[in-house]
Amino acid sequence: MLDKNGIARRIAKEIKDGYYVNLGIGIPTLVANYIPDGVNVVLQSENGLLGMGPFPFEGEEDPDMINAGKQTITTLPGSSIFDSAMSFGMIRSQKIDLTILGAMEVSENGDIANWKIPGKMVKGMGGAMDLVASAKNIIVAMQHINKAGESKLLPKCSLPLTGVNCIRKVVTELAVLDILPEGGFRLIERAPGVSVDFIKQSTSGKLFAEADVKEMDLN
Amino acid sequence: MINKRVADADEAIRDIIDGQTIMLGGFGLCGIPEKCIAALVKKGVKELTCISNNAGVDDFGIGLLLKTRQVKKMVSSYVGENAEFERQLLSGELEVELIPQGTLATRCMAAGYGMPVIYTPAGVGTEVAEGKEVRNFNGKDYLMEYAFDADFAIVKAWKGDTAGNLVFRSTSRNFNPVMAMAGKITIAEVEELVEPGELDPDHIHTPGVYVHRIFQGSDYEKRIEQRTVRPRN
Repeated sequence: MLDKNGIARRIAKEIKDGYYVNLGIGIPTLVANYIPDGVNVVLQSENGLLGMGPFPFEGEEDPDMINAGKQTITTLPGSSIFDSAMSFGMIRSQKIDLTILGAMEVSENGDIANWKIPGKMVKGMGGAMDLVASAKNIIVAMQHINKAGESKLLPKCSLPLTGVNCIRKVVTELAVLDILPEGGFRLIERAPGVSVDFIKQSTSGKLFAEADVKEMDLN
Repeated sequence: MINKRVADADEAIRDIIDGQTIMLGGFGLCGIPEKCIAALVKKGVKELTCISNNAGVDDFGIGLLLKTRQVKKMVSSYVGENAEFERQLLSGELEVELIPQGTLATRCMAAGYGMPVIYTPAGVGTEVAEGKEVRNFNGKDYLMEYAFDADFAIVKAWKGDTAGNLVFRSTSRNFNPVMAMAGKITIAEVEELVEPGELDPDHIHTPGVYVHRIFQGSDYEKRIEQRTVRPRN
């Protein structure tokens, strides 16, 4: 079973040289730490920056230079800055190659819920609805099961939706799964030490799995 | 050149009245019009509808206007950092309309470009779509969303000239240029106000035609919400 860093490490292997990538808050942010050497990517921050660099050195924080998580950051050679409308313009027109974001639930037809829990304070969707509705390539980083062992990969989302029929790949602490265009999860890889049976048990949505599924390579 | 300079924030916001709709630039606490927010608190104008990506924190940004109960309604994409906001929302004192961030920005842009509506895929199939027209273009569904109609837009820029031309700095640009375009009356506060000719016309982010009043603020606090650093090796 993977921890958060393990999920991030596995997702990083999906990033190809030359990609423009938007990383959401939480596990997706960790993906930046595992991008392999020699793979050139440009990170987009939807508050208006392409080419997000690392955190500044202590004492060099600039209040005018933050990312979408409101953290102080830096730019890199070749960075560019723009307004919020253009930022979502490049998202909507699919100039961003890959979007990685978290989710509370995903359904077998690719619906995603990640912004609202009824009865709890609603903070808002931020840019999540724009991203999921527009991105051509979305990877969801999420927990497969909650603390009670209940599946978060469902036949149908129970929480209010962020987007419909838009997710094609999910990486969890247990597995890598594709969501098939005709519906259903397809097990692609299992986490080290996790059995296909356990993944079957932990997936309440329709799951297609071969008897023998390869283990993830995290190196 | 037309001179748009006003003395200070108090003069800039002098005719904002109870019940009006105002846009406020900024993302989190980055690039917010600190001086005009302070002047609005001082003036005590009430029942405001505020269109802004976020709602500030308890003791800074729009949070200051919430504390004094001057806001009737917030129109935002994310409001997570403010306990007083949460209290007023749960008690029913405050209305909130949550809008996808790109839709928020593009509804501002549409107002500034003179277009009544936009079509966006954001929110299709979700509760955001309730009651809205859906149209299918090239096999994909889009929601029709209206351009904003705001009485005032209040923005913060790095530099400006007395003709109203604006230059922004780093990611404090964010919503400021699109909101500057969208107000019936646009107020800009800047860190440095210069004479016409001192800014290179090729480097202007917001042309002065969109800006009606401009003044130089001083002693900007520029509070950092999440101070993240890396160690020096």
